[in-house]
Amino acid sequence: MTIPAVLKTPKLYLDGAFVRSESGRVYQPEGQVNVPRASRKDLRDAVRAARSAQPGWASRTAYNRGQVIYRVAEMVEASREELGRALGGGRRARLELDASLDALVFFAGLADKIAQLGGSVNGVAGPYFNFSMPEPSGVVFVVAGERRPFSPLVTHLAAAICSGNTAIALVSQTEPLAGLLLGQALQTGDVPRGTVGLLSGLGEEILPWVGSHRDISLIDCCGCQAQQWRSLAEAASDGVTRVVAPETSDVPLSPRLALEMTELKTVWHPVGI
Amino acid sequence: MATSPPKSSARPEAVQGNPPAGAGTPLDFPLGDFVYAAAPEATDHVVIADRYDLFIGGRKTPPLSGRHLPTLNPATEEPLAEVADGGAADVDRAVQAALAAYPRWSRLPGSHRGRHLFRIARIVQERARELAVLETLNGGKPIRESRDFDVPTAAQHFFYHAGWADKLEFAFANGRGRSLGVVGAIIPWNFPLLMLAWKIAPALATGNTVVLKPAETTPLTALLFAEICSQAGLPDGVVNIVTGGPETGAALVRHPGLAKVAFTGSTAVGKEIQRTLAGSGKRLSLELGGKAAHVVFDDAPLDQAVEGVVNGIFFNQGHVCCAGSRLLLQESIAEPFLRRLKLRMSRLRLGDPLDKNTDIGAINSKPQLEKIRELVASGVAEGSHIYQPRCALPERGYWFPPTLFTGVAPAHRIAREEIFGPVLAVLTFRTAAEAVARANNTRYGLSAGVWTTKGSRILWMSERMRAGVVWANTYNQFDAASPFGGFAESGFGREGGIQGLREYLEFA
Amino acid sequence: MPISKSAVAISHCLDPITSLDVVGVEARARLLASRSIKRRSKVFAINLAISCIDLTSLEGSDTAGRVAILCAKAMNPVPGDPSVPRVAAVCVYPAQAPSAARLLNGSGVNVAAVATGFPSGQVPREVKIEEARIAATTAQEIDMVIDRGAFLEGRHREVRSEIEAVKEAVGDRHLKVILETGELGGMDQVRRASWLAMEAGADFIKTSTGKIQPAATLPVAVVMMEAIRDFAWATGREVGFKPAGGIRTSKQAISYLVAVNEILGSGWLRPGRFRLGASSLLNDVLMQLYKERSGGYQSPEEFSEA
Repeated sequence: MTIPAVLKTPKLYLDGAFVRSESGRVYQPEGQVNVPRASRKDLRDAVRAARSAQPGWASRTAYNRGQVIYRVAEMVEASREELGRALGGGRRARLELDASLDALVFFAGLADKIAQLGGSVNGVAGPYFNFSMPEPSGVVFVVAGERRPFSPLVTHLAAAICSGNTAIALVSQTEPLAGLLLGQALQTGDVPRGTVGLLSGLGEEILPWVGSHRDISLIDCCGCQAQQWRSLAEAASDGVTRVVAPETSDVPLSPRLALEMTELKTVWHPVGI
Repeated sequence: MATSPPKSSARPEAVQGNPPAGAGTPLDFPLGDFVYAAAPEATDHVVIADRYDLFIGGRKTPPLSGRHLPTLNPATEEPLAEVADGGAADVDRAVQAALAAYPRWSRLPGSHRGRHLFRIARIVQERARELAVLETLNGGKPIRESRDFDVPTAAQHFFYHAGWADKLEFAFANGRGRSLGVVGAIIPWNFPLLMLAWKIAPALATGNTVVLKPAETTPLTALLFAEICSQAGLPDGVVNIVTGGPETGAALVRHPGLAKVAFTGSTAVGKEIQRTLAGSGKRLSLELGGKAAHVVFDDAPLDQAVEGVVNGIFFNQGHVCCAGSRLLLQESIAEPFLRRLKLRMSRLRLGDPLDKNTDIGAINSKPQLEKIRELVASGVAEGSHIYQPRCALPERGYWFPPTLFTGVAPAHRIAREEIFGPVLAVLTFRTAAEAVARANNTRYGLSAGVWTTKGSRILWMSERMRAGVVWANTYNQFDAASPFGGFAESGFGREGGIQGLREYLEFA
Repeated sequence: MPISKSAVAISHCLDPITSLDVVGVEARARLLASRSIKRRSKVFAINLAISCIDLTSLEGSDTAGRVAILCAKAMNPVPGDPSVPRVAAVCVYPAQAPSAARLLNGSGVNVAAVATGFPSGQVPREVKIEEARIAATTAQEIDMVIDRGAFLEGRHREVRSEIEAVKEAVGDRHLKVILETGELGGMDQVRRASWLAMEAGADFIKTSTGKIQPAATLPVAVVMMEAIRDFAWATGREVGFKPAGGIRTSKQAISYLVAVNEILGSGWLRPGRFRLGASSLLNDVLMQLYKERSGGYQSPEEFSEA
């Protein structure tokens, strides 16, 4: 006689808490499991939380942000089994988890190096001290897409937040479970509430509201298909929102992934007694 | 001039650390009845073995020399343990182990080396209190400093460099670079664990292996670090630790198996090493002494400048290569500044380094104490005015009260020679140009401080002061991301930051 | 203690400090807060803290009954334990000052009344002066607020003259001047407001009304106490210091005492020169005192309401 297992209800991760969609809707992309079908109001709430959390997250030292991301890596490593099951087990799951851990550790170690890699002291032709420094763009929206169920989500979220952005992601529509489970690693990893939001649901319902949202600073279309990307980019032009192009294949980890989600500020100051 | 320590006062709790109650009116701001009871840090969780061996090839191993020497607690002069005194044959074993480990370590993917370093960083954080207590017991520095500065900053160095291990291809315009081989690291007694981190973290991140020779008087945290390496699963031979005296260090420097020597210590020994290695093809980085100028302009934020000056010379009892040991005061602000400085000095608590309220701990060794006494005596003899707040020195142990000299001329020995103790020499200046000239009038060039609210003047002074580190409106700030190192006889090479990685790489 | 007009004239002297470095101030505050005050020194500090408390109730809902409970606690913090000192004063709105004065008469605990349109101060000047004058007929101490609007507009001379007018209206009563540091915009402004309040004749300078955040903080206290020290050096006059608002725990109270000790010395470690504006602090301090005596952690129910 098998004891009925206590099954977990998948939930959105929003403002540091696990919630159902405010619309109450669900869909069944992976067999018998009811996955939240996020609405535009969930998106609205996630952006509000992300905007509210952004100044605090950005004002932490880069070292501290790196430590928090490293702690998330510790939590992901510790929950390999659960995540592996959500990813369908086997070799593919293992490779996805390895890649995700590599990404978390990479960006954890990048946080306090962004200034040196993306910034500079500039030799201007005058008695001025002139320096440039990369700053976070603000609130980033990541479209994780369908190509892979987990590692692009983790990579792009880590790349976004290590410089001080806060981020919201739409996880894979067809395989959302592992992406939503990332919320547990974020929460137990002491990521401050609102710093990362995770939404599941239908791209066709959510993405139009992303493109037109004036309080999203940058849209990372890494997982978008061509048509989705074009629609988002057109809508984004109304607010001069930055758009990062899709990735059609695996891309090696690089500081560029983080730097393209920053803005450059240049400061002048005279030199004299 | 400091003479034999005065007898303890009648009230037992009044002795250790509490500056004595002052005479005078409230407008002298004297201290009184609010005396802080002893607040010792717990030490019972720290295990110190009776005897320590060497750490070679991932294993503890007795020295072939057969010799062990005692290591003391300078606050009590009591021996803490016996530590191996490695001879030339022991140094050779260590270098061979590092050479054996090198091919595999250097060919590991950078991300794997990074993960080893992240683990080490985490374990340093986990065992932070133990390391801090041990550092204080063995070195004499206040527990507040080892707990709040030395250990966390050492952990940060490991974290920071762990994060470079998988990013070397992005760090430099001229490509990834290659590791060098075996690095011989020789470190001083003033920040034993931190100096260990400054050498080992970048060396390992870039694919090198290490033989470390800790300072003769402060081996214990390095030996605990050896345990941490084992706990972290670091491959055998990547880090090796050979304790001993000056001969051990000399044997390491001379060993033909080294690709690089990284040395932090006195300028005299640094010159010796540079001479020994001349023409050998071995890479060398030196971080030597200093006689930093601490410049205060009349528009300085006065109280914060006083705090910065006090930190600059009394932090770690002045046992700091970048200590702000020459205060250059603008004449227009000299009197108000000195008034505040002396009041502040009267609040400094000297005593048991394990007491959480202690500001000034023990001098690290008897020879160092003698050197400080000798130079302070020269200051008096050469005509400077000495000021020391009233301060009860404990009977046993090596102690020196915080000391201020005014009326100092640039020619005086106390203005030119590194004292490496809690002794501040005060000179004055009239204009910024004069300040720069006076600040640069030294063979050293490690660090400098400037206090002024005027931004353009900060930048103008920074451009002109010949020092590898300039602190503006602050002092003694250290961060793994910030390159540190000197000009001229303070040494060459930088530690920390992207620039510090270059020391451990070669570019085709 | 009344000060003469010539003393006020001398007080109009130049502040030697024009600019502070806030990072350095915060570092000094952290160092002071890191002091570990244990055992005998903790008992000393707690007793000193109790004797310096201005036990406060400043609510729209205050009644005579509420004030009676406050006064009873102030005179006898632990009934049946005469070794616990009484507090320095009770701090109430002017409407409650007469009943407090009747209850506290002869006890050694003073009545402090807030005045001048507390807490906002957004009230015509004549009204502020008259309120202070009336409050001074029953209270021994007056806690006034400065005109922050005028200060932020740069009308510093008006801010100062208003304080001088209030000082004159309260006669020989002890005047505390509340700067409301949380509204001033920075440490340079805190310093400037401190200096001009002292020039105008303040007997005490006080951080906050306790009605907005941030209220008292240790960095602000460092700045104000350094101003007090410099003013004493410049004029010979000793002005007291009162942090108020947000001081709830014994640990916080002790950190202020450490700061006073190390910046101003023993001359300021007494109720005549130092007060703590607080309400719930008293019971926390009593719990700590009893823990030191008995060795065990206490329950709040052991102590009467404040």
